[in-house]
Amino acid sequence: MTKKNVIVIGNGMVGHKFCEKLIAKSNEFQIIVFGEEPRIAYDRVHLSSYFDGKTVEDLSLSSLDWYHQNNIQLYLGDAVTEVNRTEKIVHTQSGRTQNYDYLVMATGSAPFVPNIPGVEKEGVFVYRTIEDLDKMKAHASKCKTGAVMGGGLLGLEAGKALLDLGIKETHIVEFASRLMPRQIDDAGSKLLQGKLAQLNLTVHLNKNTSAVLGEKKITGLAFADGSELALDMLVISAGIRPRDEIARLCGLEVSSRGGIVVNGFMQTSDESIFAIGECALFNSMIYGLVAPGYEMAEVAASFLCEGDKQFKGFDMSTKLKLIGVDVASFGDAFISEPDCTSIIFEDTHKGIYKRINITSDGKQLLGGILIGDAEAYNMLLQTVNNKIVLPPNPEDLILGARGGESTVGASVMGLPDDALICSCEAVSKGAICNAVINQDLKTFDEVKKCTKAGSGCGGCVPMVKDLINGTLTENGMYIKNVLCEHFDYSRQELLDLIKMNKIETYDQVLDTFGKGDGCEVCKPAVASILASLWNDLILKQDTIQDSNDRFLANIQKGGTYSVVPRIPGGEITPDKLIVIGQVAKEFNLYTKITGGQRIDLFGAHLVDLPAIWSKLIDAGFESGHAYGKSLRTVKSCVGSTWCRFGLHDSVSFAIEIEDRYKGLRSPHKLKGGVSGCIRECAEAKSKDFGIIATEKGWNLYICGNGGSKPQHAELLASDIDSETCIKYLDRFLMFYVRTADPLTRTATWLNKMEGGMAYLKNVIINDSLGIAEELEEAMRYHISTYACEWKAAIENPEMRKRFSHFINAPEEKDPSVKFETMRDQVKAETW
Amino acid sequence: MSEIIELNREIEKLQGAEDLFFACYSDDVPQNGGVCVKYKNEQIAIFNFTRRGEWYATQNMCPHKQQMALSRGMIGSSGEECEPKVACPFHKKSFSLKTGDCLTGEDYKIRIFPVIINNGKVFIEVKSIG
Repeated sequence: MTKKNVIVIGNGMVGHKFCEKLIAKSNEFQIIVFGEEPRIAYDRVHLSSYFDGKTVEDLSLSSLDWYHQNNIQLYLGDAVTEVNRTEKIVHTQSGRTQNYDYLVMATGSAPFVPNIPGVEKEGVFVYRTIEDLDKMKAHASKCKTGAVMGGGLLGLEAGKALLDLGIKETHIVEFASRLMPRQIDDAGSKLLQGKLAQLNLTVHLNKNTSAVLGEKKITGLAFADGSELALDMLVISAGIRPRDEIARLCGLEVSSRGGIVVNGFMQTSDESIFAIGECALFNSMIYGLVAPGYEMAEVAASFLCEGDKQFKGFDMSTKLKLIGVDVASFGDAFISEPDCTSIIFEDTHKGIYKRINITSDGKQLLGGILIGDAEAYNMLLQTVNNKIVLPPNPEDLILGARGGESTVGASVMGLPDDALICSCEAVSKGAICNAVINQDLKTFDEVKKCTKAGSGCGGCVPMVKDLINGTLTENGMYIKNVLCEHFDYSRQELLDLIKMNKIETYDQVLDTFGKGDGCEVCKPAVASILASLWNDLILKQDTIQDSNDRFLANIQKGGTYSVVPRIPGGEITPDKLIVIGQVAKEFNLYTKITGGQRIDLFGAHLVDLPAIWSKLIDAGFESGHAYGKSLRTVKSCVGSTWCRFGLHDSVSFAIEIEDRYKGLRSPHKLKGGVSGCIRECAEAKSKDFGIIATEKGWNLYICGNGGSKPQHAELLASDIDSETCIKYLDRFLMFYVRTADPLTRTATWLNKMEGGMAYLKNVIINDSLGIAEELEEAMRYHISTYACEWKAAIENPEMRKRFSHFINAPEEKDPSVKFETMRDQVKAETW
Repeated sequence: MSEIIELNREIEKLQGAEDLFFACYSDDVPQNGGVCVKYKNEQIAIFNFTRRGEWYATQNMCPHKQQMALSRGMIGSSGEECEPKVACPFHKKSFSLKTGDCLTGEDYKIRIFPVIINNGKVFIEVKSIG
């Protein structure tokens, strides 16, 4: 039986692997190999070890003997120049001709040399073959400074090679904004850069080389930004170019950007010709690593033996030791929100950076990056590849399991270490506290940068701050609770200062007590203080308000707003219900009953808000302040008017209370509830204040919270009459407004209060601070100065003008707003 | 003399600028706040940083969730250098008004445009916009 001829073009790592695979599978083929290089296949991955003592033999993957023993004809230093596909013959440089049944192109790639003036100068090298290394070696003895152009994987290897060659001053010049842009992210790059600096490798990022300087020999590089770098030698490692020339010449399908197009069997557009390794383009992708090349060799060899293996793309996960630093990148290393959540651990002291990306439901690992410590690489790669379900605390994967502590009361410090604090970024309490302790962090911004906690929706920010302060306190450090970088005061201190000095504008506050130009933290905080103290129309200082307060509506996905008219106690007449329906229909709004017994209308264009509110106000509605840090609703059960169990008229009392405190600006939103009996249908104990009817009067509970950390309100006073109840509420609410930190709900405020409920009871009921009268007076002032903000806004043409999207096309709506339909209503387009 | 120099600067600015687009009047833009203007199919945010006596223009879209929102964001400064910035109202991603760089640690970058104020009118240099 005559054997079929298989010609392999190229004797690199992948070409050699193909021979091994085919020999192992079958003896029905006569293999003929043509290699351009004079050497037998060698290990290019560890090329730099050639400079620290490895010989050519050490690097060789095989020997001439092996080829001989396996009856493979090997022609080195003889490149194939032409393929005649009709006659199935190849021609080589030396004039050989050889017929084939199957042809395998394993031509690899060539270093990409960018078209920069002067690259032809003496002292400029590429880094791919042993010959390249020999040339570098010969030149390097005369050199003091050298650089590598390209900060990718290979470029860093080349940098190490220069160090090994004894070049004292070595630079890495990278066009992108980070090192190894395909494998690691910015944070990882920064860390790696620091490590390289310790080894005398100076990294220059964002450098666009415009010329190679020098007469005949290189003397330096000139960059587009005008700077220059003096050099004695340069190694270019700017990427690869697939060697597809022969394929192009013989008319195989190739990509305009380089690469021989192959299918899953590694077959080119000619069914008897295959391409494997770096010259092959599968699914528009070149695989520039050795592992996928080997897999391609396996697939092609298997296909010739009538196997049905297919190449399905390849996991580009890599782990390597770069100049003594572990660097690993696996799975989907770069996927980010909203397609996943990332857990990031960074320790700049030890030089460790770890990032894992997990599915939003926290069940599966998608990929990640490890720098400095890649011990977990294999386990993590396994977890990705086998879709292993993650433990409840996925951060353990990179941080190791950490035990909980005994609980210390209801404060955040009492939470177990694995309690999830930031659910957007999946950061645990332990991660935050560890960051504070191990990295000597003191401010929220530092912790946010380090752990990512609080960088998503921001809902956890107060908790993160408490953890930072709590951790610092436990470690015996003094903390000053300041508003932000522009004010060295806490909210309470600032409130007192503003009050004493009777200051009414933000700019005055900033000029008198602050520095810089303010920010999105102190502006709304001061706005809230000013509103609490003076109850002036907030639109008079609209640009210091959070966007919601600035436009008196809640910004929602897509940039439209939602509108919530006040429906005190959840009681509404049929006529008013009809008006809401009509308005929603006219302006194409989505309607939903809220948790606080009101109706939210979504999808309102900014330009439509004044018209919508005019109609609502005409029908007797008022602003519901759903957009403000202020009183939202007082929820009620139906009470004694209809309910056969009801003790008192909870609806009437809820309406009275809601009307009393409506518009009260506070550190955070406020919610209340009134239940007509012990069955507690209004769920009042989950509110900031809850009133529950008893046989003898009302029980008043305060500082409850639903939300992310539910907490029942605690009893302040029992069996009190309506008047006393209101008096206590006045004092309680004003005390909270005066003393709480920004964005702190009453529950958290109480949890942090020294002396807790006993102290608060003393202040409110026994007037232990002697401020009860002042607090009540402040509340009376608030009530007497209340005005519906929306009514004021629509009646003032100047203010009304602000409700436009385009200042130069005020009638036009934002054209980027798009709706989808769901259950017969509009919904915002998903982002 | 300083007025003449200022006038000269203004003229230099205008001569150096290309494709100026009249966006709005300067008193259309709230003090220390922003507005959005429409230019062809683009949305540009203009900020009147009264406190610093400076004007800035950026793309209106926040690159984080592609929302047309930056003009509604709060402006302020950051760091020792008092880098002027805007915070997106959606998730408080902050961007330098000078460079367009994201200041909250992410990889985003927004486009910025030169602003020229002349005679109470706000012009934006739109050479770089297609």
